[in-house]
Amino acid sequence: MAEDWTHGGFGIYIHWPFCASKCPYCDFNSHVAAEIDESRWVRAYTREIDRYAAALPARVVNSVFFGGGTPSLMAPETVNAVLERIHMRWPVANDLEVTLEANPGSVEAGRFRGYAQAGVNRLSMGIQALNDPDLRALGRLHSVDDALAAFDIARNNFDRVSFDLIYARQNQTLSDWRSELRRALAMTVDHLSLYQLTIEPGTAFGDRYDAGKLRGLPEDDLSAEMYEATQDICAAAGFEAYEVSNHAKSGSESRHNLIYWRYGDYAGIGPGAHGRITVHGQRYATETRLAPLAWLQAAEAGQGENLRRALSGTEQAEEYLMMGLRLLQGIDLKRYYSLSGDHLDTAKIAYLSEIGMVEHAGDSLHVTPGGRMVLNAVIKEFFAG
Amino acid sequence: MTDLAHIRNFSIVAHIDHGKSTLADRLIQSTGTVKDRDMKEQLLDAMDIERERGITIKANTVRIDYTADNGEAYVLNLIDTPGHVDFAYEVSRSMRAVEGSLLVVDSTQGVEAQTLANVYQAIDADHEIVPVLNKIDLPASDCDRVAEQIEDVIGIDASGAIRVSAKTGEGIHETLEAIVNQLPPPKGDRDAPLKAMLVDSWYDAYLGVIVLVRIIDGVMKKGERVKMMSNGSVHLIDRIGVFRPGMMPVDELGPGEIGFITASIKQVRDTRVGDTITHEKKGAEKALPGFKPSQPVVFCGLFPVDSAEFEDLRDAIEKLALNDASFSYEMETSAALGFGFRCGFLGLLHLEVIRDRIEREYDIDLITTAPSVIYHVYMKDGSHFELHNPADFPDPSTIDHLEEPRIKATILVPDEFLGDVLKLCQDRRGIQLDLTYAGSRAMVVYDLPLNEVVFDFYDRLKSVTKGYASFDYQMTGYRQDNLVKMSILVNEEPVDALSTMVHRDRAETRGRAMVEKLKDLIPRHMFKIPIQAAIGGKVIARETLSAMRKDVTAKCYGGDATRKKKLLEKQKAGKKKMRQFGKVDIPQEAFISALKMDG
Ligand SMILES: Nc1nc2c(ncn2[C@@H]2O[C@H](COP(=O)(O)OP(=O)(O)O)[C@@H](O)[C@H]2O)c(=O)[nH]1
Ligand SMILES: C[S@@+](CC[C@H](N)C(=O)[O-])C[C@H]1O[C@@H](n2cnc3c(N)ncnc32)[C@H](O)[C@@H]1O
Ligand code: SF4
Repeated sequence: MAEDWTHGGFGIYIHWPFCASKCPYCDFNSHVAAEIDESRWVRAYTREIDRYAAALPARVVNSVFFGGGTPSLMAPETVNAVLERIHMRWPVANDLEVTLEANPGSVEAGRFRGYAQAGVNRLSMGIQALNDPDLRALGRLHSVDDALAAFDIARNNFDRVSFDLIYARQNQTLSDWRSELRRALAMTVDHLSLYQLTIEPGTAFGDRYDAGKLRGLPEDDLSAEMYEATQDICAAAGFEAYEVSNHAKSGSESRHNLIYWRYGDYAGIGPGAHGRITVHGQRYATETRLAPLAWLQAAEAGQGENLRRALSGTEQAEEYLMMGLRLLQGIDLKRYYSLSGDHLDTAKIAYLSEIGMVEHAGDSLHVTPGGRMVLNAVIKEFFAG
Repeated sequence: MTDLAHIRNFSIVAHIDHGKSTLADRLIQSTGTVKDRDMKEQLLDAMDIERERGITIKANTVRIDYTADNGEAYVLNLIDTPGHVDFAYEVSRSMRAVEGSLLVVDSTQGVEAQTLANVYQAIDADHEIVPVLNKIDLPASDCDRVAEQIEDVIGIDASGAIRVSAKTGEGIHETLEAIVNQLPPPKGDRDAPLKAMLVDSWYDAYLGVIVLVRIIDGVMKKGERVKMMSNGSVHLIDRIGVFRPGMMPVDELGPGEIGFITASIKQVRDTRVGDTITHEKKGAEKALPGFKPSQPVVFCGLFPVDSAEFEDLRDAIEKLALNDASFSYEMETSAALGFGFRCGFLGLLHLEVIRDRIEREYDIDLITTAPSVIYHVYMKDGSHFELHNPADFPDPSTIDHLEEPRIKATILVPDEFLGDVLKLCQDRRGIQLDLTYAGSRAMVVYDLPLNEVVFDFYDRLKSVTKGYASFDYQMTGYRQDNLVKMSILVNEEPVDALSTMVHRDRAETRGRAMVEKLKDLIPRHMFKIPIQAAIGGKVIARETLSAMRKDVTAKCYGGDATRKKKLLEKQKAGKKKMRQFGKVDIPQEAFISALKMDG
């Protein structure tokens, strides 16, 4: 397979599964642990890097992403060791992007400089809200002041800094959000992720919601209006959404996440990490053990993966469609055809264009602003019979 | 075989929940017919669905051995009868096989409409009737008042009514004595040619068709060749026995006795309830007066949600029909729903029971189209036909007039709810025939169109009277009225499965109610959907279902691809519970729910 962007590129995802506390909305594989022996984690990560390097030799690495959990709890030395190993095992692109997810607490901020020295060149900060009552409601440990202070430190250490906000929160009004978003845009560097609060099953919010005790969430119409307002305000500020929830100045998109949406290859390393890799022309989905210690032992012993499944052409095409339509630029119908062996149903394309959900020019297919709002329904329509 | 003087055959007449099953259990248990520890609660209600809904559908029977206070041994045969109006015909047929009835009335409640309907059937069948006042253990029990009410409303002597608690067992002994002493023994001649009444028949997976018989004259034995007098078919009896309540073989059945035979009969349809069975040789000359066969009165289409399951549905329907001769079916095709069956039922409960069984026992998801009654259509060219399906409604300009079936409904209701009941009946185009009082309860009799009742009348009645009203009906005949076919259009396309026959004066109200309901039942789509009710080409009600505003996953990264795709696939499977009409997915439950009216 060619090492180029048309096929999405190649990235490495490193999962750090620990947090200082568990946020009530979060369904990521994150755990609170009393003691962590980082040297063991370094050993496990490096063994996994070696294993993937052997399976995927000579791939050019475009991106490394430290996600979590809270990777900003890692010692800079740990990050350094992982990055060194990657450089040792693979050729990397000149413009290699190395992102680390950071929580904006004062302790974490103290390590930012160390991460920069280790080779991290992009920081993604979970600020989540710009008012203290809402931060408390979201179960965050930091205050707005903490976040702003950490953000300043980040900007002094990295050229590229992104941050996350969660909106459509409990009791949030449209005008609350509009003004909060304007404040956020005023401090935005080059990239911003804006997520509508999702109530995930199995989380504390999920349980409260099922018990009817999570009140004040916006109804469908309000959350639709909030989403529309978000698009308008960001676009006016030059941060058009290049993906459903991601906004960037042109050229500052997260290259790592683009690999996912463009359906490139990525090695998933760490507990619960997923991957998509191409070995001898066959594409596989990989999964690893979820429990941190189980993964740690398995990886130390030389095999962190507990599932590797060959994906059929149809499955790949469906995943490509599902991920790719999230992007403003949409998908390439030729690539869909080459994965699937079948053309994407032209009658469905025609129907969805007719009702204004997709636009189609040459080989490119993308959703309209209206279509993006109901993207799940659009995808289901393509998937259905 | 028992001599006639020591046999008593009886049934129990009661309104739902007045304690018929509990009393039957107690009678069976106290005579040691079933050992206490084997006693399954409510022995006679066997089928799951019956148990769940607390109703009896199929007649069941049990033989009880009882040694009376006079020291003599008696055989008591109890035939249990269904309680619901839909199955009234089965009640009447069972009653023809016995000589007496226990009239069970809940002494905390009093007489209810079903009590009335069933007791009149017992009186018609010349039964001796023993009133039993049940639930005397409850503080609210008021036997004197209820006894008086029985005398007032039903007009039978209730001074000797037996006071019973089927729960504690009090009065059970007195009940057994009353059965022996007050009910007449059956009549019959052992030496006359065989005449056995075919009371009921049902299919058993192991034994084939089981036939319940009541011997009138003569003797029936295993190994004999018998003839069905209606069609002359001959069968060899391979088993003969009684229910206690499990099957117990006997050598023979003589006059007055009730029991079963099997005779390698394959289908319930090969047996005719009410038929007379006699010996092939030296048989009886004249058959017993038969029963009126039961006629389906409510029709609807049953279609598989997943059209690939049509053959499974056919299989399920055929199997169910084997055991239920009152249920009719024929294949139907619909432009939108594909292949299915047009089925006829005795009433709405019967319909729901069959539908539930297909969904549950055969695991097939169904779309049930709007139930319809049989209309008589008179054409301008002088011809006429029966319309079972609004889809077959002819061009209105060719029709001279239409007739619809009417019923006589009897409703008993506490005074305070009378106003609501009258309004409900009036709204359903009822004509009041009678209004009388029995104590603090009113008895109203209405002439109503069957189609207004078939659907959700009973539910509405229950809800406006907080469950205090009781209701029964009988068919009376056909009458001409101003009826039209109302179509429903979803996204400009007519959905046949939702079209109904309505009275012209009620069309706007019904149409509005239906489109409003559908607006709630159909999920939002990517586009807005007009929902309209129309008569001919004229739209009489309209709603618009607005387009869905937002349905997009906020976060989807590398680790989410697998999970999110599974989620979408699950939702896609959920879509299978819907059928597509044009570009619109209509969920299965919408077809029935849309018809339920709130007023
Ligand atoms: N307290 C009391 N409850 C009774 C008595 N007989 C029946 N029940 C209850 O009344 C309800 C209806 O009884 P059931 O036998 O199912 O009525 P059916 O519908 O007439 O067969 C059940 O909950 C019984 O347990 C009785 O004598 N006393
Ligand atoms: C891997 S997570 C967390 C990174 C980091 N540990 C933090 O919390 O700041 C990445 C982002 O997903 C978003 N997120 C997590 N759970 C969410 C939910 N239930 N609904 C909406 N956004 C969510 C948050 O904005 C979060 O910053
Ligand atoms: S949101 Fe971030 S900090 Fe909170 S539990 Fe999840 S991963 Fe940890």
